[in-house]
Amino acid sequence: MRIFDPHIHMTSRTTDDYEAMYAAGVRAVVEPAFWLGQPRTSPASFLDYFDSLLGWEPFRAAQYGIAHHCTLALNPKEANDPRCTPVLDELPRYLVKDNVVAVGEIGYDSMTPAEDAAFAAQLQLAADHGLPALVHTPHRDKLAGLRRTLDVVRESALPLDRVLVDHLNETTVKEAKDSGCWLGFSVYPDTKMDEERMVAILRDHGPERVLVNSAADWGKSDPLKTRKVADLMLAEGFTEDDVDRVLWRNPVAFYGLSGRLDLDVTATDATHEGNSILRGVPRDEPRPAGVPDTEA
Amino acid sequence: MTRPRATPATPEADAAGVQATAHTSGAEAADGPTAAQGTTPALTPPAELRRRLTELLDGAARAWLDQALDEASAHPGAHGPISVWELRLAEAGRRCGPVHADAARVLILHTAHADADALTRVYFQGTADERRAVLHALPHLLTGPDALPLIEDALRTNDTRLVAAALGPYGARHLDAHAWRHAVLKCLFTGVGLDHVADLARRARGDGELARMLGDYAEERTAAGRPVPEDLRRVLALTESAATPAHGTDDPHGKES
Repeated sequence: MRIFDPHIHMTSRTTDDYEAMYAAGVRAVVEPAFWLGQPRTSPASFLDYFDSLLGWEPFRAAQYGIAHHCTLALNPKEANDPRCTPVLDELPRYLVKDNVVAVGEIGYDSMTPAEDAAFAAQLQLAADHGLPALVHTPHRDKLAGLRRTLDVVRESALPLDRVLVDHLNETTVKEAKDSGCWLGFSVYPDTKMDEERMVAILRDHGPERVLVNSAADWGKSDPLKTRKVADLMLAEGFTEDDVDRVLWRNPVAFYGLSGRLDLDVTATDATHEGNSILRGVPRDEPRPAGVPDTEA
Repeated sequence: MTRPRATPATPEADAAGVQATAHTSGAEAADGPTAAQGTTPALTPPAELRRRLTELLDGAARAWLDQALDEASAHPGAHGPISVWELRLAEAGRRCGPVHADAARVLILHTAHADADALTRVYFQGTADERRAVLHALPHLLTGPDALPLIEDALRTNDTRLVAAALGPYGARHLDAHAWRHAVLKCLFTGVGLDHVADLARRARGDGELARMLGDYAEERTAAGRPVPEDLRRVLALTESAATPAHGTDDPHGKES
């Protein structure tokens, strides 16, 4: 089984997670830029974060055989902080980078005028750079938030079929599907959406344009939720092709709209030209090629 | 030994615009996928690099590269907020394929006659892949030590691809003895093969301080019950070969050699 997690915050996860994800079948992830839990105080803090999503994190992922891409943006929450909004001026030079496959997460948190402005500006940036957009829907007042989200997208230069609307649930899935956008579901322990509800939604609304993610981050979350949904789909009578469609082909098709998705993991092992023994090998078990000693 | 690779998207799974391992003509099979990678872009003269890359790229990628190099040649300076060659540098991976991106980026930088300031800017504004290409381009573009801070930055990372690229001909020429020794030791720590280190034999020859550091590291490994890297023994042997005047020593009295 091959799995593509289209929304996961690996910067907040450990190498044990990467190892478990690989074992579960995860071969590709997209990491959207988002809030860090602790508010940022300047655009420079965003730039270091963006650099990490384009540098260290894909390297870390590749060590575990997982292709890593990212989406970059000013997130909705910090769009309200005037100390952070100047990062919008820096985004264009980042949106040309090879590993950036969408603008995101953008959208609404509290539905303020500042969020309106940042959302509209970044939809335009997506259109200007040939990128699709990953749109977060608010956790509070969700249905009203979805309607306002779809209205803003309709007024933008970005067509709805280049927009993934995320964090959907039973109350928002129908209107989102009718709009023609891509449908994202974040499967969490306890909140937002669980495996059983996810499978019920797939049964009611079909697998077309549906993407399932773990949205795992620094909060209570589970990077293996994608696999757990896949297992439950099979147990509930979906075919392996259905599973492959939802957990691989749909995210490949959506992020492939960028023209920048490359699912070959580049070897991280600087010795991959094949001339040397594996170094830093623990006494008992081999380590993956290219994984450095942390003591270095 | 490598981990299993991610399964590339199969053709039927591909949406339009997804890049599999295209971008190359059949010639690649003969040369192997790493022909344009490793430290080759730092060691190959740009004209030869272009000739080889042209043979390997498919028609669309070759046309893109030709145009990117024409633009870099015609407009080496900044036009607006970002120069056109810097845009081409950013997109080289998706245009030429990741296997050939290093070589394409080195050619763009060389054709634009990027100076130390421009190289510093694109390095610090670049992805890890762009930074690696800048490191490979340095020996083709600069003779003086102006870009040494880029080498030092790369050597502080734990990205083995950047560490390896930092130890090309430019690093070999300009790193002082202390920094170079630590870089060699870091290669042994992180699994970067010493075949990637430019000028290894010349710089290691007669370097008693490096020999001491290697000996201490071997002792530490042995005490921990861990194997001593074969490369360590190899470079240790190099330090023991006929001593010549130390290169770029950081000790004005030369006592450590």
